[in-house]
Amino acid sequence: MKPIQTFPKGGIHPPDMKHLSKDEKIVNAIIPPISKIPLSQHIGSPAECLVSPGDEVQEEMLIGKSTGFISTNIHSPVPGVVKKIEEILLPSGAASKAVVIEFQGEFNRIGKQHEKQDWNALRKEQLVQKVLEKGIVGMGGATFPSHVKYTVPRQKHAEFFVVNGVECEPYLTADYRIMLEKTEELFIGIKIAQKMLGVKKTYIGIEINKPDAIEIMTKAAGESDFDVEVVPLKMKYPQGDEKQLLKAVLGREVPSGGLPLDIGAVVSNVGTLFAVYEAVVWDKPLIERVVTVSGGAVAHPGNLKVRIGTSVEALIEECGGFSKEPEKIVMGGPMMGFALCNMETPVMKGTSGILVLSSRECGRAKETPCISCGRCIKSCPMGLNPTGLFKNIDNGEYLTADEMGLMDCKECGCCAYVCPAHIPLVQGMKWGKAMVKKAKK
Amino acid sequence: MSTREQKNETVSNDTVISVSPHINHSANTSNIMWSVTACLIPAGAWGVYVFGLQALYVVLVSVAAAVGGELIMARLLKRNITIGDGSAVLTGLLVGYNMPPSVPLFIPIIASLFGILVVKWTFGGLGGNWMNPALAGRVFVFFSWTGPMATWTLPKTLAADAVTGASPLGFIKAGLLGYSGGARGPAEFLAESGYPHSLFDERVTGWLQEHLFPNISNGYADLFTGNVAGSIGEVSVLFLLIGTIYLFARKIITWHVPVTYIASFGVLTWIFGGLRFGSGFFHGDVIFHLFSGGLILGAFYMATDMVTSPLTGKGMVIFGIGLGAFTFLIRFFGSFPEGVSLAILLMNIFVPLINRLTGPKRFGVSKEPEAAA
Repeated sequence: MKPIQTFPKGGIHPPDMKHLSKDEKIVNAIIPPISKIPLSQHIGSPAECLVSPGDEVQEEMLIGKSTGFISTNIHSPVPGVVKKIEEILLPSGAASKAVVIEFQGEFNRIGKQHEKQDWNALRKEQLVQKVLEKGIVGMGGATFPSHVKYTVPRQKHAEFFVVNGVECEPYLTADYRIMLEKTEELFIGIKIAQKMLGVKKTYIGIEINKPDAIEIMTKAAGESDFDVEVVPLKMKYPQGDEKQLLKAVLGREVPSGGLPLDIGAVVSNVGTLFAVYEAVVWDKPLIERVVTVSGGAVAHPGNLKVRIGTSVEALIEECGGFSKEPEKIVMGGPMMGFALCNMETPVMKGTSGILVLSSRECGRAKETPCISCGRCIKSCPMGLNPTGLFKNIDNGEYLTADEMGLMDCKECGCCAYVCPAHIPLVQGMKWGKAMVKKAKK
Repeated sequence: MSTREQKNETVSNDTVISVSPHINHSANTSNIMWSVTACLIPAGAWGVYVFGLQALYVVLVSVAAAVGGELIMARLLKRNITIGDGSAVLTGLLVGYNMPPSVPLFIPIIASLFGILVVKWTFGGLGGNWMNPALAGRVFVFFSWTGPMATWTLPKTLAADAVTGASPLGFIKAGLLGYSGGARGPAEFLAESGYPHSLFDERVTGWLQEHLFPNISNGYADLFTGNVAGSIGEVSVLFLLIGTIYLFARKIITWHVPVTYIASFGVLTWIFGGLRFGSGFFHGDVIFHLFSGGLILGAFYMATDMVTSPLTGKGMVIFGIGLGAFTFLIRFFGSFPEGVSLAILLMNIFVPLINRLTGPKRFGVSKEPEAAA
């Protein structure tokens, strides 16, 4: 057997905390009386609103239309009436229009027989079209429209498809549960993606803290009728980042500023592929997703299949509410997610988790000056010098920081996690990147 | 608008809003500083035990002066009081450990104040200094009061009352001038010249001669446990090493600096150390030199000071090799018996240059641009 692989440079080992929710089966969350569906849930231009207050909508009806190549469709997760279109603040701090729907009427899908589509008959382009039509985006958190990813430009060539089953963010177990409970469906999703990309070889990267997922997936891979191989990986954050994953699985480095396609690879995470399966095989748009609700301050952690637009408040309530004073409520993982200031924030396509963290888990401490310990440099998977970058950014030397490789930073948070001085390094990087973009315009 | 203005966390609805990551490693500046301080306690306790209460007073006034200096600067510059982060206490403690036990108390006070006020705060306080404040303070007073700073006390395990005596390295340095005896190494030289050793050392040496090394001289066990004249905190190699176990376990220090420092110094000593005794190349007494003077204290507790050592492992290796070379040169060819403090300060000067030359290798960036096909 090959030695278990990982990416060689940097990375950290935060406590994975997956025990809180890993044994909880995926259950359907309660349909909320009010859903708020933002029109900007993806990277790229926001969808164009197709409904106005007073309109009646059906479940799965198109309510937001894609407005360009890097954009995607948005569908109504529930049947009901549009109450209003309002401006809301997304967790990232950006503003977005959101359609507020009051739930009433009947579902189209639940409790009804649906016809399975024969996807084998569809051509590559038709499959990609389906992915766009059904509003599929990367569900690992980046929410990049998937049809763009699955469209290989003419001058490029995809050689490998890599399935991201790493889920390296602590606490999150949504992808893990999908691998265990929806193995068969997942493999159909993988096969569809393979066809869209025209690749021969697929790898599935899974960290060894999920031995049962590795076992089930390996077994399924052995029984499948296409070339797919499970690659067990050592535990290390941020292995779920596509650049680190490709380094770990293929041993190739995506060049600075480049895309995985530059080394002939495309990466999709497990949640996305399950959505692709549902979209293509069952003609179902992306209106619900698996969300891990976890953290030390929530009563009953679990994995829930949640309709887009459900408020964080309702979801936490459903999981038994707070068990102790929460210090932070985070949308996404603890390393890259967003702290919420508003409990009415809706679950979106990219919401992999809702974490209610106690003050002990956060481990916040007073910021001190940098003591030059070098831990940030050691932890940076991109080989950057975070403390040096931060000092330049703090002094307004954005272009110097750019020369040092600032734009390679993907805000994984390793540096800020290990920093004993508790300097908000990621915040500095985000600010610096925005400033570099502004300066270059 | 600057990053600083943007950076303040806001609290609303009783929960904290801040940029990711939302979890942190348990290490922070103050627990690092306090851990190092705690790990130094056994060696200091030994110093106080063998040199008497005077040693305790020296350490206490050093710490008090360092903390006082920190307070004065924070007040003057209207900064937050930073005593709690432990760095001033650590600086004071290291100043005290680097003092001869019999030193008049005003000297460590001046050393601590020089370290804190001049070396640390003129560059902006914690993290800003480019030179180790404790060592800078020590060297400052060393050159200012050469007499008291070179007067040593024999430990009470060797002499009944606080008797003045030379440190082993000082004894050798002075004794070798115009020496024409037959000693083949420093330990033999000391034994021959009647440098005192303890009963414990005699027993250990006796056992070693009988079972392992027939030709070994007295003195090694004393050097290892700290039964020699020297600075308060540097004499006990044993207790200093015990403290490092925790530092390594908690990853507060890494192997890079101490190992390369000791290795490069050891190799140079091995090759050239025997020349002084006419025993030719490759006959230096490595063990003797590792255990004597401030090498262990310096290599594990002072050269590893995060602020004034390089950022990357590669840089630390270069730094450590430089330290070994300078310490060797000063000890063997300089006019001072010791070389650790000066070597560390000298290498501190090179740290910015080392950092510049040893940056990390970036992901996805090849070193040589690919030749056009």
